[in-house]
Amino acid sequence: MGEEKVKVVDATGSFCPGPLMELIARLKEAAVGDVLELLSSDKGSAADVPEWVNKVGHEMLGSAEKDGVWHIRVRKVK
Amino acid sequence: MKILIIGGGMGGTILANNLARRLHEELHSGKARITMLSASERHMYQPGLLYVAVGRMMPDELYRDQRRLLEPGIEFHVDPVAEFNLDQNEVRTEGGKTYAYDVLVIATGSRIFPDAIPGLAENAEFFYTEESAVHMFKRLQEFQGGRVVIAVGVPHKCPMAPLEITFMLHDYFKDRGILDKTQIHYTYPIGRTHSLENVAKWATPEFDRLGISYETLFNMKEVDGKGKVVRSEEGTEAPYDLLISIPAHKGMEVIEKNGLGQSGWIPTDRHRLNMEGRDNVFVLGDTTNLPISKAGSTAHFEADALAENLAALVKIGAPVRDYDGKVFCFIEAGKDRATYAMFTYQNPPSPKPPTKAVHWFKMAYNKLYWASARGLL
Repeated sequence: MGEEKVKVVDATGSFCPGPLMELIARLKEAAVGDVLELLSSDKGSAADVPEWVNKVGHEMLGSAEKDGVWHIRVRKVK
Repeated sequence: MKILIIGGGMGGTILANNLARRLHEELHSGKARITMLSASERHMYQPGLLYVAVGRMMPDELYRDQRRLLEPGIEFHVDPVAEFNLDQNEVRTEGGKTYAYDVLVIATGSRIFPDAIPGLAENAEFFYTEESAVHMFKRLQEFQGGRVVIAVGVPHKCPMAPLEITFMLHDYFKDRGILDKTQIHYTYPIGRTHSLENVAKWATPEFDRLGISYETLFNMKEVDGKGKVVRSEEGTEAPYDLLISIPAHKGMEVIEKNGLGQSGWIPTDRHRLNMEGRDNVFVLGDTTNLPISKAGSTAHFEADALAENLAALVKIGAPVRDYDGKVFCFIEAGKDRATYAMFTYQNPPSPKPPTKAVHWFKMAYNKLYWASARGLL
């Protein structure tokens, strides 16, 4: 994963449309295989994003909090 | 200083007029010059389309002559841009003219993109253009009962629209006396009924109270017009008799063609509103890639901040304030009640229970908007 080019989606400070909606929009633009890293200041994203990613069938690569910002990595699978 | 504004919508117009008032002397002396290029000689109040769709506004109420909205001293041409030559500080128009600038503001807006979902354009009703809003109203008039599905694309313009049209449809069917023969089914892309948590906390019990069913984590994948069913990316299906959609949006084609931003959204600094990597190019409203609402009020508050900064740039050579992410959205909760959500990058909204007073304020704002566009409000 270290060599992979990661597209950062900075959704910090986004209440509306919010981090998950931003991620959904950017995943639509991405190519299959792309890795996106969502930055969110909403702690709810730590649960919301994996729930949606798993339901739709993309791949969760990891989630970590640093200085109040959640960094959530997702690979577009289809 | 030559300030060139591309786009005569809400953001561009409020900016131009606000700026012209601040730079009255400089425009008079020739120290500053404001030019606007637009694709249309008419200015549309887009939020009014929601009311056209339920027969409560007529399309002609949504328009004013763009030239007459602008302050004297603003040069205006109906000649949309075809090429942005940012390294040369100039644009070339479809009419073949070249305009040079010191400061460029891009406010070209967005467009619906229903073609992203197979079957959606042919089978759903929309209200994001005059033609589609009138068409939707005529379909509603013919409707005698059945299952109405609201389906929402991502990203979409006006995040309150899915809720507003749902509540307004409820009251429309109630007034027509066909509510008992109608099931309204609301779907939404994320795991609650609205992206704003506090709005969802209010909307969900409202849906329960009004008998509106809802399904979350529903992202449209395709519409089967023959089978009358919408299928989701999540693997579920929503059968319908009447499909109402808030379709996905994209930025304008000219932005994509010029390589300024993927899907027509220009990468923008969230506080200074300059295009990333360009100090003299600014972006307003729907055209930015900022993770905030694509809504008229966003364009309005961004334009206020940018007008102050550009005027300060002319007067003292430096900007004076940051845009703080302020958005204010009315939320129609039916035909005669409304609430609102106000928030910034730092402060989430806390909507109050809907009242008739807020609804009437919104109705008044539909007229007051023309004062906003003139940079007065």
